[in-house]
Amino acid sequence: MPKNESLKKILVLGSGAIKIGEAGEFDYSGSQCLKAIHEDGLKSVLINPNIATIQTDTRFADQVYLLPVNPQYVESIIEKERPDGIMLAYGGQTALNCGVKLDESGIFKKYGVNVLGTQIPGIQSTEDRQLFKDSMKEAGVPVLNSKTVTNFDDAKNAAEELNYPVIIRVAYTLGGRGGGVAYNEIELHEIVERGLKASLVGQVLVEEYIGHWKQIEYEIMQDYDGNNVVVCNMENVLSMKVHTGDNIVVAPSQTIDNHEYHMLRSAGLRATKHVGIVGECNIQYALDSDSDRYVAIEINPRLSRSSALASKATGYPLAYMSAKIGLGYNLSELVNRITKNTTACFEPSLDYIVCKHPRWDFSKFELVNPKLGPTMKSVGEVMAVGRTFEESLQKAIRMLDIGNDGLVLNRANGQKFSEEEIEEKLSHHDDKILYNVAIALKMGISVEKIYSLSSIDPWFIEKIQNIVNTESKIKSSALDSPTLWEAKKMGFSDKQIARAKEQTPDSIRDLRKKLGIIPSVKQIDTLAAEWPAVTNYLYFTYGGNSNDVQIPSNEKGIVVVGAGPYRIGSSVEFDWGTVNMVWGLQENGEKNVSVVNCNPETVSTDYDICTRLYFEEITQERLLDISDFENPKGVITCVGGQTANNLTPGLAEHGINIMGTSAHDVDRAEDRSKFSAELDKLHIPQPLWQAFSNLGEAKNFAQDVGFPVIVRPSYVLSGAAMKVVWSQEELKIYVKEATDVSPDHPVVISKFMLNSLEVDVDGISNGKEVVIGAIVEHIDSAGVHSGDAMMCIPPWRLSNKIIETINEYAKKIALTFNVKGPFNLQFLINNDHVYVIELNIRASRSMPFVSKLVKTNLISLASKAILDKPLPKIPENKWQKIHNYGIKVPQFSFMQLEGADIALGVEMQSTGEAACFGESFYDALSKGLTSVGYNLPDKGTALVTVGGSQNKEKLVASIAKLKHLGFKILATEHTAEFFEEKLGDIEIVHKISEPERKPNIADLLYERKIDFIINIPSTSTLEKYVGMLDDEYQIRRKSLELGIPVLTTIELADSFVKTLEWLKTNKPTIDPIQPYDKIE
Amino acid sequence: MVGYTEALTDPSYNGQILTLTYPLVGNYGVPDPNIKDLDGIPKFFESEKIQIRGLVVHELSHTASHWNLSMTLDEWMYNEKIPGISGIDTRELTKKLRTNGVMMAALVVSESEIDVEKIKQELKSAAHYNSERFMNEVSTKEEKIYGDDKNSVVIIDTGAKNAIIRNIRELGYKAILVPWNTSFEKIMSYDPKGVVLSSGPGDPQNCPDTIDTAKKLIEENMPTLGICLGAQIIGIAGNTETYKLKYGHRGQNKPCVNLENNQVYVTSQNHGYGIKPESLDASDFKLWFTNADDKTVEGIKHKKQNCIAVQFHPEAAPGPFDCKFIFEELKQLMEK
Repeated sequence: MPKNESLKKILVLGSGAIKIGEAGEFDYSGSQCLKAIHEDGLKSVLINPNIATIQTDTRFADQVYLLPVNPQYVESIIEKERPDGIMLAYGGQTALNCGVKLDESGIFKKYGVNVLGTQIPGIQSTEDRQLFKDSMKEAGVPVLNSKTVTNFDDAKNAAEELNYPVIIRVAYTLGGRGGGVAYNEIELHEIVERGLKASLVGQVLVEEYIGHWKQIEYEIMQDYDGNNVVVCNMENVLSMKVHTGDNIVVAPSQTIDNHEYHMLRSAGLRATKHVGIVGECNIQYALDSDSDRYVAIEINPRLSRSSALASKATGYPLAYMSAKIGLGYNLSELVNRITKNTTACFEPSLDYIVCKHPRWDFSKFELVNPKLGPTMKSVGEVMAVGRTFEESLQKAIRMLDIGNDGLVLNRANGQKFSEEEIEEKLSHHDDKILYNVAIALKMGISVEKIYSLSSIDPWFIEKIQNIVNTESKIKSSALDSPTLWEAKKMGFSDKQIARAKEQTPDSIRDLRKKLGIIPSVKQIDTLAAEWPAVTNYLYFTYGGNSNDVQIPSNEKGIVVVGAGPYRIGSSVEFDWGTVNMVWGLQENGEKNVSVVNCNPETVSTDYDICTRLYFEEITQERLLDISDFENPKGVITCVGGQTANNLTPGLAEHGINIMGTSAHDVDRAEDRSKFSAELDKLHIPQPLWQAFSNLGEAKNFAQDVGFPVIVRPSYVLSGAAMKVVWSQEELKIYVKEATDVSPDHPVVISKFMLNSLEVDVDGISNGKEVVIGAIVEHIDSAGVHSGDAMMCIPPWRLSNKIIETINEYAKKIALTFNVKGPFNLQFLINNDHVYVIELNIRASRSMPFVSKLVKTNLISLASKAILDKPLPKIPENKWQKIHNYGIKVPQFSFMQLEGADIALGVEMQSTGEAACFGESFYDALSKGLTSVGYNLPDKGTALVTVGGSQNKEKLVASIAKLKHLGFKILATEHTAEFFEEKLGDIEIVHKISEPERKPNIADLLYERKIDFIINIPSTSTLEKYVGMLDDEYQIRRKSLELGIPVLTTIELADSFVKTLEWLKTNKPTIDPIQPYDKIE
Repeated sequence: MVGYTEALTDPSYNGQILTLTYPLVGNYGVPDPNIKDLDGIPKFFESEKIQIRGLVVHELSHTASHWNLSMTLDEWMYNEKIPGISGIDTRELTKKLRTNGVMMAALVVSESEIDVEKIKQELKSAAHYNSERFMNEVSTKEEKIYGDDKNSVVIIDTGAKNAIIRNIRELGYKAILVPWNTSFEKIMSYDPKGVVLSSGPGDPQNCPDTIDTAKKLIEENMPTLGICLGAQIIGIAGNTETYKLKYGHRGQNKPCVNLENNQVYVTSQNHGYGIKPESLDASDFKLWFTNADDKTVEGIKHKKQNCIAVQFHPEAAPGPFDCKFIFEELKQLMEK
């Protein structure tokens, strides 16, 4: 079928703010979708409040709305824009769910909007558990057997029918609590009895337990004519035990044979045909490891994290092709984007092994349970390409940027466990599982034993054995050519080898190069070299002896270093920076711009963005390899967040030309004590500080200035190991932690100023001129990490005098540090005094926000600065003259993190952000809050529980306003007493820890009788760190699990209440964002 | 990545040194050759032995893991005395083959320095692959009968894979495997409902007897299906011409378009020769399938008679099952 000619304008739904399970991959898929639409000359409209994305630049989309992706807002845009088609598959579960709801309420029909791609009944038959099982059976694809029971006798019969072990899932409980795996009747009895009690409806599901089965996935494309192909298959190393998002995944599958591969492939094609998939989908199977029995677990009828991975793993642009199919093309009409002359209706062949490794950030969360299981907890991932599993795995570990150089021979090596401990660790996976397999092998535990405990296929364990064996070989033998070759083929880095031999990485590198042991550059070409392919998609491997491409000397270019995996504090905004830098350089006449990155969830790793894409490690060793191969004019490290920035000094020492601010100046800013000394020279105030090398000095300083103090190491991002310390005991702990995180750099301790405002400034300088993008005010007071704080442009509590001072300081500092490119400054405002806290000479988290609101693309300006071009004349106060408010609101993913506390502190905890613009502060804020999931009720009940009289006092106005708006106020004893006296008519409720006292908060929460909660932790941050108040924690956690908003800071509570008030008499605006102003 | 057991025992690879583009080989080991299905056909293998003369891989998995394995790939090749080499940059080798075409090669093992020039000379004087006569090697010497169904299909064995026999059995027919040079009359003496001309190695012109038989099968309107080499033989019998492709089509991911309904199928292929597209016009055949990438001939149908042929492998093993329906097409011809 040719392109559907009736289409003129297409609406695309994005996925909103980044959360665990819905991350940057949807910027990749949405951007490709918009690109596909644009190429066909059709108009596109995008709704997505995730401001830090490429797709919300007005580059690919004709009209961009930074609005919540929910039925109300989407309907209002449909009414306004009148699109004739809608794409639901490119914005994750958020977009899909929204689409289904819109269809159910008849909106699509009302406005004549065609769903493009998989139709609603197809979506429903994969999303609804029962419909899914039915349709799989109809397609001849087996599914898991299970039975719902309400008493033990039925459970016993069901278990006997299904055969032990069985898993018991409890209906309607929180986070799967109360369920478990039963291997026999005794265990079954215990779990079922417990589960029946925990279930609100007295029901449990008894299901076959298949945790030890293999988890295999297929990515399938299908067009309207029913042509279908499998683009990629993948195998999960940690079996069915662990959610695929938290699993270590290889592509293609490694341990299944031809029969199994094609059995599952055929089943996938049957299933998708039956369901009526149009475009892309992912089907997940469990495959018995002892027979060829299999079951289909689920189908995702949309682009997903797995499909982004499959795209990058194969070079087949799934999202783009899927969008073309949605527009009406059939598969054989589409062309393979890599060969440019063969059809897209084919199945890529790979001649490498891809290893995806999740990135967890458990250390950021207090109380969180790091065990891996059926709920996804990782915040990002990396993908490594190699020609052995060992090479891919060790590359992947380095890519994570967690301080590890591979599976073994790490800085913090040598953990010891008893046999009992290691067995426990092998059977209950946490984020260290593969390291623990290596430890077990070193302890002499057999492969079979490890397999039986861990359910990791012996093939993978044998490969880890190879790594362990190679480690001991490196240690015990001379570093001759064969040993070095073997080590490199097994994925060992120079650092690891150096550590084993007690040498320096540089000496290993020199020796290697002398022996001619250097990696080959290979293409990812979708067809395993069978045909010639002109592709710029490259990786390095030691599994080869020849390069696929050569770089002519007249193609000497610039290498832009990307940001690596998404994590807390470094997310899609740095990908936005990377991609915009590439475009900026190209627009300024640079023909050869290469990108290095390893995150499959990004736009920067789309190979059509740049001249050459290196899907590679962001490590010094690999960047030197790339430089040896490319011989570039220079390397840019200032847009890839802290990961790239940290490489600056090392690369410069090795003679690499760092383009932008010099390594020397970056170091002056990053090194806390050098930076502070510079500020003193400029007579720019900063909170009292001191660098120290021992605990004694730190203690003395803290005593002098008084607690609280902030302890922080250098060269870190988003507050890693940065702590507010309230006591001598804590000081001891955190000083050690800080020196561990950044051992080569000094640790600085400074006074933590309570009751201050925090301000961010984003700007660009070329060493002569400085452009201030905007001054951004934090709505939350200092102490809440800048990444977790709500932010506002223009500032609304700063006097003109303060704004002037900030402007002056910012310019002075940028020029003093010879900034060439982007910079970000953080200020503290205390009693009308301006203090500098931090300078980052790199792109910052807030730059997309500033750029889009002020309509000045700061990274475009930065590219000019880096190329030594004059900056365009931008009016000094342009940002102040924007007659718009922009508010950025953090998105949290606590729901996914069993046990995590949601009270905010100095460590950043949010996983993403949304930003909305409006004509007034509350116009923008109401949309911002809705975007990150707050329900803004117009009536109902609020629970208030506030610690400390100061806090209570600050909230009086807000509570009064709530009452005035007609909300019923519930409060815990002390809080109630206080507000009753001030305002009257407050109802007392009792703590969760006193269940016998009624009315009790727990009951009210379960009965959904509370619409939102204001819970300010006692005496602000103090007691959170001195000792957790368990009861408050219980309230926060329970409400979170029930989806009830909890406001944990005074500022948020105030803003929330004022927004409710504003909404009584106003309607939020729905205007598209304006394109960036053209710069000459 | 998958399918080495099937590929190594495929008679079409007879006489060749095979290299695999996937770098990790042998992961799931090799199943037990003694396990047979109800008809006595080895369950997991395409013939009785390893057919290739040598194997070239990037990394051989020395340990293997699978519920169905009985030995490693290394052990299997050792037992069958077939040499192999690992540690090769097979991507680079593939690029060489794609540029220069299929070539003669030698695997040399020596404790002393290898004299490459001398080996090259020896290779030059060795019998060339194209000149080899494979039929004595790959074809059955006597008839073999599988199953006892009433109706039968004769399979002319020019190097048939077991999967072809399995598929005929699945249709509900007795399968009679006969030598490559069996005469038309002999075939008719079995009173078959249909005939399959199987896949196999080498140049179709090296099977003149089979071509003659095919001519008569077409003439007499016997329902006939040709697969791969069998398709080329049928083509020649129906006045098309064949030619040698530069480096052939080999793999499990080849898209083919069915011109009757424009559906695209992913097929398993392994052929070095093909039917000349321009020779079809003057022949008795019309084009049925084309390769979606290079538009070569992948299937033909006789303009009048009950004769169909496909260049790909509908029997799969290794490869996808998407085109199993080709056997159903034969069944329809037989039941017409």
